[in-house]
This record gives sequence, structure tokens and C-alpha cells, in this order.
Amino acid sequence: MDAGRAEASQKTADSAVVINDLLFSWDDNDTPLLDIAALSIDRGERVFLHGPSGSGKSTLLGLLGGVLLPGAGGLSVLGQDLASLSGRARDRFRADHLGIIFQMFNLLPYLSVRDNVALSCRFSSARAARAEEAGGVGSETNRLLKNLGLPDVAMERPVTDLSVGQQQRVAVARALIGQPELIIADEPTSALDADHRNIFIDLLSAECSASGATLVFVSHDLSLAKTFDRIVALTEINRADMKEAV
Amino acid sequence: MPLSALLLIAYRSVVNRRVTALLTVFSIALSVTLFLGVEKIRSGAQTGFSNTVSGTDLIVGARSGALNLLLYSVFRIGDATNNVTWESYEDIASRPEIAWAVPISLGDSHRGFRVMGTTAAYFDHYRTGDKQNLQFAAGQRFEDIFDVVLGSDVASELAYGLGEEIVIAHGIGSVSFAKHDNLPFRVVGILERTGTPVDRTVHVKLEGIEAIHLGWSGGAAPIGSRAPSATDVRAADLDPTSVTAVFLGLNSRIAILTLQRDINTYNEEALMAIIPGVALTQLWDVVGVAELALSAIATFVILTGLLGLMTNVLTSLNERRREMAILRSVGAGARHVALLLISESAFLASAGALLGLCLVQILLAAAGPIIVEATGVFVGGLSVTSFDLITVGAVIGFAAVLAGFPAWRAYRQSLSDGLTIRV
Repeated sequence: MDAGRAEASQKTADSAVVINDLLFSWDDNDTPLLDIAALSIDRGERVFLHGPSGSGKSTLLGLLGGVLLPGAGGLSVLGQDLASLSGRARDRFRADHLGIIFQMFNLLPYLSVRDNVALSCRFSSARAARAEEAGGVGSETNRLLKNLGLPDVAMERPVTDLSVGQQQRVAVARALIGQPELIIADEPTSALDADHRNIFIDLLSAECSASGATLVFVSHDLSLAKTFDRIVALTEINRADMKEAV
Repeated sequence: MPLSALLLIAYRSVVNRRVTALLTVFSIALSVTLFLGVEKIRSGAQTGFSNTVSGTDLIVGARSGALNLLLYSVFRIGDATNNVTWESYEDIASRPEIAWAVPISLGDSHRGFRVMGTTAAYFDHYRTGDKQNLQFAAGQRFEDIFDVVLGSDVASELAYGLGEEIVIAHGIGSVSFAKHDNLPFRVVGILERTGTPVDRTVHVKLEGIEAIHLGWSGGAAPIGSRAPSATDVRAADLDPTSVTAVFLGLNSRIAILTLQRDINTYNEEALMAIIPGVALTQLWDVVGVAELALSAIATFVILTGLLGLMTNVLTSLNERRREMAILRSVGAGARHVALLLISESAFLASAGALLGLCLVQILLAAAGPIIVEATGVFVGGLSVTSFDLITVGAVIGFAAVLAGFPAWRAYRQSLSDGLTIRV
């Protein structure tokens, strides 16, 4: 093995995300939605991924989450080539290593706050084990909610009693419990007002730093980008013509 | 993901949509109730049917149709076209292969209940159900010409007790203008319930039937002073001249077919003999068409219930896309999503089917006495048969299979939605 490739392979293992010549389209013959030459995100890095609607953000998130598969090119998350895994293995990989926060409606309305947070540990024994190591799922839930500014939330309350801002913080707690290595947040602040946005981003960043997780924060709102390590504009790295999709 | 945790999520999700879920459960419960109810009434009717008469080897009557003879002699439905003369009766009854012979005479009624003249041997030999002799709930057999033994329904519906004096009307309508009111009868015995037409019969001696027709001519009652008094009657010759039908018991069952042929070719009079079991089967075949139609309708009702369940799950898919995406994001596979829907269907169907099973038991326990009263059909009380359990199992199984379609849709949907929440 020559030195260059060994070095590249080592780098892949150290990186949170490595993308090489990635192509994605819904049908094989269709014009690609995504065509990314290269993107690399280091472990522990907090990246602001910026793109207007229709720029392929959701598709990229689906690829990173292992729900979609690239048509061609390399996609490696946390050193793992996702394309080489079976569907089940990708689901397990997502459960074990990823925390995902949506724009809104993150919580299952029929579960309590505690059960919503614990949901991540139900689907992943690895995360359940890590939470146990850190003192138990219950106390980890308490700790995270306290750090996120929700110390007084009754754990058994139905989540529908909470405000949107509180719900988003519960969603962060769910994404972080069991210390997954990669947190993906898809416009998590769009339902919040301006004051709460900055507080929310600060809390999220602090918790990611505390657990050493990599954060990929997706938003169309560049005003939120100032506290991040790096800004990636999807329109610049995506060579696919997105005009039709828009 | 352990299955129990997934099932818990499915359960909580259903409870969250409890209104539609409850409606679905009720519609399945009602369809299962109908299906099982029809089946129980059908099998109750069939058993009741074949239990109406037992231990009788042949029934002899005037030559007409086998079903007609069975209907009027056993079920008290319809009328005899002709009678059997007393001479023919004595001739047949005296044959060596005959163990016993019970003649019956029909044609009169008491407030809508048929009056049947017979002999004391009737209480020895007439059997219902599983070779059950008639039992007395109160009193004893008739001995006097004017003694009456009531079936249990007659006594309970008309609130008659022992010693009650009753008047028998000519003809069989419930309202009769030709009443034999010059000769009142007295109740001396009340029979135990049998669940057969015996319960709705008023039994008197053959001589009693003769007595009330004394002095009648051409179907018109004797007028004024010519009407006989009880004393006149006792002095008169009351030997019957004819009977309506005869129940026969044989010494050896081997002789049944020979004797039947002999009676069917009887030279002195146009008679016929039927084997009750064979005639009952023929009659049930006639009724069987209606029974089949009823079962078919009940089956379609169950299918409708199951389709309703599938529709419910299918329409809930859109509003549940968010739920699916959340579950996907925390690591659920598309197969988890499919399993979620299948277990939900199976859960709703189980609840519905079990509720239906309980409902049918409660309904039949409550309505059973009324049904017996009105139709003489025993539907059976609280009992869970293997048919019930198979039905419940089949409903749950079908629901799970039918949920395969929504589950497949959800699977496709969760693959194409990816990690995007679509509301």
C-alpha cells in the first residue's frame, strides 16, 4: 500500500464525514439531484451547512443518515462506508451513532418527555449501554434537560403540554443521549423566535462540545452561522443543476 | 429493538388515536357478534331440530308427504289431510314386531296452543333430546276424560296452575268461535321444559277429544238443550273411531324398513310411515338453504369489518408520516414501520374479536330464554366453542394479512420520505 492511500484511509477514519464524487438521483437515468466532488468534516467539528430550499439539503441528510444510498461515489460516515452496509445495518448504524433533530414535530405525541428522550436508547443497545455507564438513562435524561434549561419539566408529562421551544430542547436531549458521534440538525430553529434561536444554538453547541460530538447544522438562515467552526454552502459544493427541482 | 418495546409503541400510538380505534374495534366486534350469533342460533336450531323426537322408530299417518306428516305430528305445524282409522291402528299395533304404539289425535286448540289427544303410553314412550322421557314438573298423568296435562310453555304463558279449569276450542286458531264450553277440562299435570313443540302442547286423553265432539255434526256444534252435559258424556261410548297419527317403537330396529314398506303398501287404507331421523334430515335440508344464506351474509359482514379496519389503517398513514419519520430517525428500519402497522391491525382485530365473543355470550345469555320461548330453539348459554376460538383466530390472522398492504405502503413511503418530515 502506498503512503498516499494509507494516509487518505487514515484521514477517512478520523473524519466524521467524507464525500468523494458523490452522485445521487432518484432514478438511475435521471439528472442528478446531488453531485458533490468533495466534502470532509472532521470529528468534533461544528459545521453550518447552508443552502436555500431545493438545494438538496434533505437529500444530503438522507444520505448521511443512511436512509438513502448514493448512486455513485464514496460516502463515509465516522469511517464507515455506508454503501457497503445492508439496510438493516445502516438502520443500526444510524441508531448507534447519529442524533437527528428536525425542524419541528420531533416528538411522539403519545409518549411522555422521559419516554421520548429514552426512545433513542430503545432502538440502540449501544447507546443504552453508554447512557447506563454515564449513570443511567433516567439520570442522563435529567442531566441533559437541566443543561438545556428544562430542569423543571415534569418527566411524565405528555409532550403536547410543552411549548415549541421546549419541545425542540427535548428533541436535543433525545439526539444527545447515549453520546452519538454525529448530530444532524435540520433547521431546528425555524419554529423559534429570534431570541430563542440564539439561545438554542448556544445550548446545542455547548452540549455537542461537552460530549465531543460532531455537529452538522443545516439552515437557510446565514445569520445563525456566526458561532460555528465552518460554513459550507451547499450551492457551492453541489454541481448538480437544481433549477428544475426548485 | 426488542419486539416488546415496538409493540408498546404500537399500543401507545393506537391509544393516542383512541376514538377511531374504538370505532374500528366496535365495528369488528359487532361483525364477529353477528357471525358467531348466526352460527350459534343455526347450530342450536339444528340440534333442537334433531332433538325434537327420539326413540320413535316410525311415525304412521294418512298417505301424504313425509315432510307434511313430520310437521304436523311432531312440530304441530299444518294439518293432516286425512285420519288413520281406529281399525288400521289396532291392526298395526297388534303386529308382533311392535313394542309400543302411541296414537295421537290433533285438530283442536286452547288459546292458540294445539290440543293433542293421546294415551297414557305417550308419557312412557315419547322421548325428546338424547332419549329423554317426558318429566312432570308438577302433578301427574291424565286419568279422567276431562284431565289435561300442559306443556311448560302453555302453563307459563297462560299462567295456569294445577286444578285450573279450561275450555277447549274447535279448530286451531287462537281466536275460535266454536268453543266446547259445555265441557270444561281440569289441569292435572304440567310437564318439564323440553325445548321442543311438546312445551306448547295441551295433552288430553283420546276419549277427551271424542267427548268434546259428541253431538257435533258436519262441523257444527249441537244447539241448546241438545248439547251434552258431563254426565251424558260419561255415559256415552267414547271409543275413538280414528286418530291423526301413530308413533311406533319396534322390538328390533332391523324390522324398521320392512314394516315401513308394509305400512306404505297397506291395502285397507292409504297410509304411510316415516323414519323420524330421515325425515328430519330432509326437512333440515330444506331449511338449510336459508341457513346457508344467513351464514354467507354473516361472513360478508365480517369481511366488511376487516376491510373497514384496513381502510382505517390506510387513511391513518398520511397523518402518521411524521411519526414514521421520527421513528426512522432514531434508528427504526422500514421493517419496524411495517411491523408497527401489522401489530396495530392485529391488536385492533384481537380487541374487536374478543369483545365480539363476549358480546355474543352476553346477548345469547340474555336473549336465550326469549328465543327459546318464541322459537323453541336452544341457543346454548355461556359457552365458548372451538368454532368461536377458530373464528377469533381467523379474524386476527386475516387482519394481520390485510394490514400487509398498508404496511407495504408505509414501507415504501418511509423509504422515499427518508428523514424528511412531511406533514
